[in-house]
Amino acid sequence: MEKQLYTISVFTENNVGVLNQVTIIFTRRCINLESLSASATSIPGVHKLTLTAYGERRQMEKVVQQIEKRIDVIKAFLHTDDEIVYQEVALYKVPTDRLLIESNLENIIRHHGARILDITQEYTILEKTGHNNETEALFEELKRYDIRQFVRSGRVTVTKSPIEHVSNYIELMERLHPTTNTPDAD
Amino acid sequence: MSNKINGAEALIRSLINEGVDTVFGYPGGAIIPVYDKLYDYTSQLKHILVRHEQGATHAAQGYARATGRTGVVIVTSGPAATNVITGLSDALMDSTPLVVITGQVSSSLLGSDAFQETDVVGIVHPITKWAVQIRRAEDIPAAVARAFYIANNGRPGPVVLDIAKDAQVGLLDFKPATCDFIRSYIPVPTINNADIIEAARLLNYAERPMILSGHGVMISSAEEQLQMLAEKADIPVATTLLGLSTMPSDHPLYKGMLGMHGNIGPNYNTNRADVILAIGMRFDDRVTGRIESYAPNAKIIHVDIDSSEFNKNVKATLTIHADARQALDALLPHINQTRRTEWLDSFVPCEEIETEKVINPELYPGEGLMKMGEVVNLVSRAFEDKAIGVTDVGQNQMFGSRYFRFTQPRSFLSSGGLGTMGFGLPAAIGAKMGCPEREVVLFVGDGGFQMTIQELGTILEYGTAVKIVLLNNNFLGNVRQWQQLFFNGRFSQTPMVNPDFVAICEAYGIKAENVDDRSQLSDAIDRMVKSKSAYLLNVNIDPTDMIFPMIPLGAAVDEMLVNPNEMFKL
Repeated sequence: MEKQLYTISVFTENNVGVLNQVTIIFTRRCINLESLSASATSIPGVHKLTLTAYGERRQMEKVVQQIEKRIDVIKAFLHTDDEIVYQEVALYKVPTDRLLIESNLENIIRHHGARILDITQEYTILEKTGHNNETEALFEELKRYDIRQFVRSGRVTVTKSPIEHVSNYIELMERLHPTTNTPDAD
Repeated sequence: MSNKINGAEALIRSLINEGVDTVFGYPGGAIIPVYDKLYDYTSQLKHILVRHEQGATHAAQGYARATGRTGVVIVTSGPAATNVITGLSDALMDSTPLVVITGQVSSSLLGSDAFQETDVVGIVHPITKWAVQIRRAEDIPAAVARAFYIANNGRPGPVVLDIAKDAQVGLLDFKPATCDFIRSYIPVPTINNADIIEAARLLNYAERPMILSGHGVMISSAEEQLQMLAEKADIPVATTLLGLSTMPSDHPLYKGMLGMHGNIGPNYNTNRADVILAIGMRFDDRVTGRIESYAPNAKIIHVDIDSSEFNKNVKATLTIHADARQALDALLPHINQTRRTEWLDSFVPCEEIETEKVINPELYPGEGLMKMGEVVNLVSRAFEDKAIGVTDVGQNQMFGSRYFRFTQPRSFLSSGGLGTMGFGLPAAIGAKMGCPEREVVLFVGDGGFQMTIQELGTILEYGTAVKIVLLNNNFLGNVRQWQQLFFNGRFSQTPMVNPDFVAICEAYGIKAENVDDRSQLSDAIDRMVKSKSAYLLNVNIDPTDMIFPMIPLGAAVDEMLVNPNEMFKL
């Protein structure tokens, strides 16, 4: 079976150690994580981890089953790129003097839809939001200006599905058990 | 006057509220406040002082599995917490409800490499169902309630509460807490009726169905339902190692144990069956043999309360996410009454060959040194097949599982998934404490016995009437067997120079005798059975004895050796 990039979305209670519980499931199977992001969601007390990793579908399905088995995990999903809308943000720090001698700078920024966040005499910070290949393309282009720092975030994703599985699940659970208090945020 | 109590007392009262009357433990620096309060509650909460923290966890496991109740352990921080790791891992693999309370250094010292500090929660995450650190006294009642809810609902498992010292001494207004719901966890799923109808259809149309009964049947107390379903549809039943005693050994539909050293009939017929109903089991590699050749002709219906088991090892035709008893209750009315004489008869030639080539030479060798199977068989009979059989790990375990017989459920305890040598002695002690009205007999090898031999001190202190059959071949027998079969007889580090076990027992005040010769065996067993207190038989076993049948690693379930040189053939 062929390996491909999967996105694993994990909705969790906001408890200490949840990230550890999720990542050790990858570690045990020697799966390297390509990227990782974590943030709050629109549902109070619910956090979302988004991880990407290369693997075979069957193996990744089992990983997701093991993640969802953890008590503090509310739901976990496995997605391929075509099932989600996703973004990453990249920042580039380039020496200002190198950029100033470039007659083509405007074109590069326009072409890539990049933004300038900060300019000092020493350096300029550019920002580009997009898919991996898009932020990579700008990186390739800026290489000749002697990039000092380049950093790319993990993915943020939303599903294309018309059904909101997590909200529906939480609503169902709260209907079943209206008096429930959610665990303390720690 | 304030009615505040400290966290330590809140912990004890919370345990009592959960119905706990016995805890296994060992005091130490970071848990002293709890032991101080325990001193006031000894009439309600019996504390069993083990001799090593690993023993506490295995004793709690034995207690939990014999009774179905949650086993509770209290230990201190650091080395005590690392000593419970093996028991936690074992309990997770074998779905055993445990609540393990570890003391922790004061929260102000966390992360400073303080004396006896270890990152307990970080270490135990992969081997617990849930683990949490508590740093405030007022969090204790809710955490205890949640711990018990998680440990003993759904698929049971071990839970760790790591309680910082300042939480133990901090004050709170105590209100008992309860927990019957966690929004991120549905322990018992609702059965999908369509799945039940489909399962019934598959079984009703099957010509060669088989039931595989696992530990889940025992955990959900579904033994009666299992038997009713099997009888109604005339379906042969085989069990996993941990499913042993979910069917009485002499039931005509009980066809034996699955797996590497299981019975030939159920292993061989796994690959002849057209429908397999697998209940509360997880298709461990010791059960399936070479997975590509497992049950090629069968539609597999997999019933489990843990959906992560579905399609993990074996692809199922139909999965039923449910509690075993609820699933069987739902299934029963849809199952047609049937007779399957021909299919059931197909087990007979397998049984005949196994009896002739394996069982008879093992149970009735006539001359030479004693064999493990023969001893287990005589002990089982001497207890009228009514005792709880506990085993350690290795040949003693496999002979114990093959030749110990059962007339009632929850009668076999063994470390299945993790295969923990040293499990046996403390687990037997815990089982006896949980079921004092039942006889508990341990089969243990000379290797595993010495891994937790210090628990003889626990027997001494509490007068626990455990019967111990030491199957002593002065060898690490199971490894020896593999060295004999697969490593050219190079017995690397498997012979053992052993102490005088009877003298050791006598030092602990435990009655013991050597059984050097077959002529002494029956009378010695008789004395052990009649004894009202703990008793050990040190039985001199033939070191060349090997456990058969055997599915060698990488072989299919129908490729069984009946001796080193002969493959089973019909």
